[in-house]
Amino acid sequence: MSNQVALTGNEAIANAMRQINPDVVAAYPITPQTEIVQIFSQFVADGEVDTDFVTVESEHSAMSASVGASASGARAMTATAANGLALMWEILYIAASTRLPIVMPVVNRALSGPINIHCDHSDSMGARDSGWIQLYAENAQEAYDNTIQAFKIGEHEDVKLPVMVNMDGFIISHAVENFNILADEDVQEFIGEYNPEHTLLDAENPITVGPIDLQDYYFEHKRQQSEAVKHAKKVVAEVAEEYNELTGRGFSYFEEYKLDDAEVGIVALGSTTGTAKAAVDNLRDEGIKAGLLKLRLYRPFPAEEITEALSNLKVLAVLDRAETFSDTGGPVFADIRSALYNADSEIEAVNYIYGLGGRDTQVDEIEAVYKDLQDILESGEVEERVQYLGVRE
Amino acid sequence: MSKVDLKEIAKQEEELTGGHRLCSGCGASIIVRQVMRATEDPVVVGIATGCLEVSTTIYPYTAWKGSFIHNAFENVAATISGAESAFRSLKRQGKLEGDTKFLAIGGDGGTYDIGFQSLSGALERGHDMVYLCYDNGAYMNTGIQRSSATPRNASTSTSPDGEVIPGKQQFKKELTDIVAAHNIPYVAQASPHNFRDLIKKARKAFEVEGPAFLNVLAQCPRGWRHPEGEGLDILRAATDTCFWPLFEVENGEWKLNYIPREKAPITDWLKPQGRFKHLFKDKNKYLIDEIQEHVDQRWETLLHRTGEK
Amino acid sequence: MAKKDQQKPGWKSIPEGGLIIEPGNADDYKTGGWRTYRPMIDQEICINCHICWIYCPDSSIISKDEEIKGYDYDHCKGCGICANECPVDAITMLEEGNLSEK
Repeated sequence: MSNQVALTGNEAIANAMRQINPDVVAAYPITPQTEIVQIFSQFVADGEVDTDFVTVESEHSAMSASVGASASGARAMTATAANGLALMWEILYIAASTRLPIVMPVVNRALSGPINIHCDHSDSMGARDSGWIQLYAENAQEAYDNTIQAFKIGEHEDVKLPVMVNMDGFIISHAVENFNILADEDVQEFIGEYNPEHTLLDAENPITVGPIDLQDYYFEHKRQQSEAVKHAKKVVAEVAEEYNELTGRGFSYFEEYKLDDAEVGIVALGSTTGTAKAAVDNLRDEGIKAGLLKLRLYRPFPAEEITEALSNLKVLAVLDRAETFSDTGGPVFADIRSALYNADSEIEAVNYIYGLGGRDTQVDEIEAVYKDLQDILESGEVEERVQYLGVRE
Repeated sequence: MSKVDLKEIAKQEEELTGGHRLCSGCGASIIVRQVMRATEDPVVVGIATGCLEVSTTIYPYTAWKGSFIHNAFENVAATISGAESAFRSLKRQGKLEGDTKFLAIGGDGGTYDIGFQSLSGALERGHDMVYLCYDNGAYMNTGIQRSSATPRNASTSTSPDGEVIPGKQQFKKELTDIVAAHNIPYVAQASPHNFRDLIKKARKAFEVEGPAFLNVLAQCPRGWRHPEGEGLDILRAATDTCFWPLFEVENGEWKLNYIPREKAPITDWLKPQGRFKHLFKDKNKYLIDEIQEHVDQRWETLLHRTGEK
Repeated sequence: MAKKDQQKPGWKSIPEGGLIIEPGNADDYKTGGWRTYRPMIDQEICINCHICWIYCPDSSIISKDEEIKGYDYDHCKGCGICANECPVDAITMLEEGNLSEK
């Protein structure tokens, strides 16, 4: 059973958390995530959840307490953004390598400096190698759906990894959208009970968590983690399928939009993919064979599936809402090019860094990108591999 | 509270096995063994990165008989906050039974310095946990660097005695007082040479509802530079000279637990330790007077605060 | 690529995440070899006060039925705190090199 509601992205996530009813939430306010914490604390105050809400004094402690709670066998959640995520950095790695299935919505915001509170992906992209599974959303519906699926992915016995559910700051978090919300009992039935094999609170079977792991075993533990990430790819698809059966919504790794016969295409993630769909529609009206691949799963990276989906393209632009400052383009671009190389692809791929610090990206700008791709298609020449979309010269 | 009967507590199971790799004569494991005997409930132990943590859990070995977690250096209080919250939540939901105690342990680096924020946050939130600081007055695990717990003029690897600077320039931070200012149910300063006092304090710490804090002086033969077997004599001198007063703050009430019949001169504490050796050169003797004056003032303050004077 | 050292278990056969599921297995690790001086207890003098036991950093003094039964030399590092603290001087430290038998 589901209901249509009109809520902001933050309200959507807070409600998903209420329906999940985690045992422990340890969180700290930061724009634009603050609403999630506020709304959820009201659920706690009203007794709508069984959660022990730990009002920590920093994001570092939020993630640290989540690790302590998760190692104790609790379903643990937190939520953050930008600088808050950066403050957690050290513990992100520890959570993943200790194989704790914590779930964390991240309301994407520019990572300073100068300080900026608006959307880009510099926060979560920086954490792409931390060992967390990363899901991205186009809108509040997807952010909600991803949150509901997150524990089921992370807790899977072949995975045991934390999951970061990303949602664009303000653009999704603060905009009211109509979307479908599941019945509380359906969420509970979907996520099931969590009964980890080993926990700190099992006094009959004590464990040691987080020992010092030196040259003789550390590498083996990292190898296990790599294997878990491989499994995660499979599990993400399985869970998506099950969710689809329940709701009729969703897709596993990415959504293909008019990609089948497209010659020029864009790969992007987050809210801008909605804008890109409008651009594709306009260009299709003009007879341009434009398409879009909207990424949902960024970590692990579904490289083969992506290159397969892009295989009919001639020219591709990857949109990155983050800079790597490597002078070779954004993070998604690096992954996509690497995947294309493995596939012996002849697709010409270029990169656009866009929307940093919340800079608005309009339909006509995306259309201009497609026109650039058309030019490349016709001339066979790439003048600039990496460009900056929407910045003043 | 019943008296500490060694023969009785020796019947309890050893919670920390031999085979850990702390240096010979280390004070940290002595403290742990005494504190762990203050409760019969299962204890979830968390330790901040440091000597005790690395030495007791070198994979694939653990010296801990009960549940143990190490997360990072600056966050043991937050980590144990999370474990205790999980316990409360699961118990409330009927998913767990019985009682469990929560013990967070940090060295002075992990407590006075880098873990201070996490500690303060956990105390303020009121988690039902004991925080134990084993204070050996420097970052011993990384090779004896100064911390805010290092005593004035101690020579460490980042506050060495030199031609113009005679060791650490600052007095030790009074962390126990700062913790007491959080108005938590129980705060105490102790030393393992006085095991009866320490174990009684640990019992109180485990028994109170809410956070409790134990600041315990620990010898470090490497960092303090003294013979391995003589650590407890130095701790004794720390309390006899009033360098490390034994006191407790129970529900806001301050109490001194040990008043030496005659306060020993501070040199009794300084002299046996190689890290203070330079103070006994003629040109530095005024520093000993300054340290004595500081200790005297602190002791006077405590006498007044505890109503002894 | 497999490493030559095949005596230690590989990644497929160890618990995940660095978890240790055998509590107290450090007992299998012998630190007795660190010792340069060996504590010896004279049972005739010992009054079983357990002072040595409560002060031992290495959990290496054996107490059974309220009596001190001697040392766990597998783990005793020979720090000498016990000898230093013994109120009746029942413990002496002997140089390992001068001891013929183990």
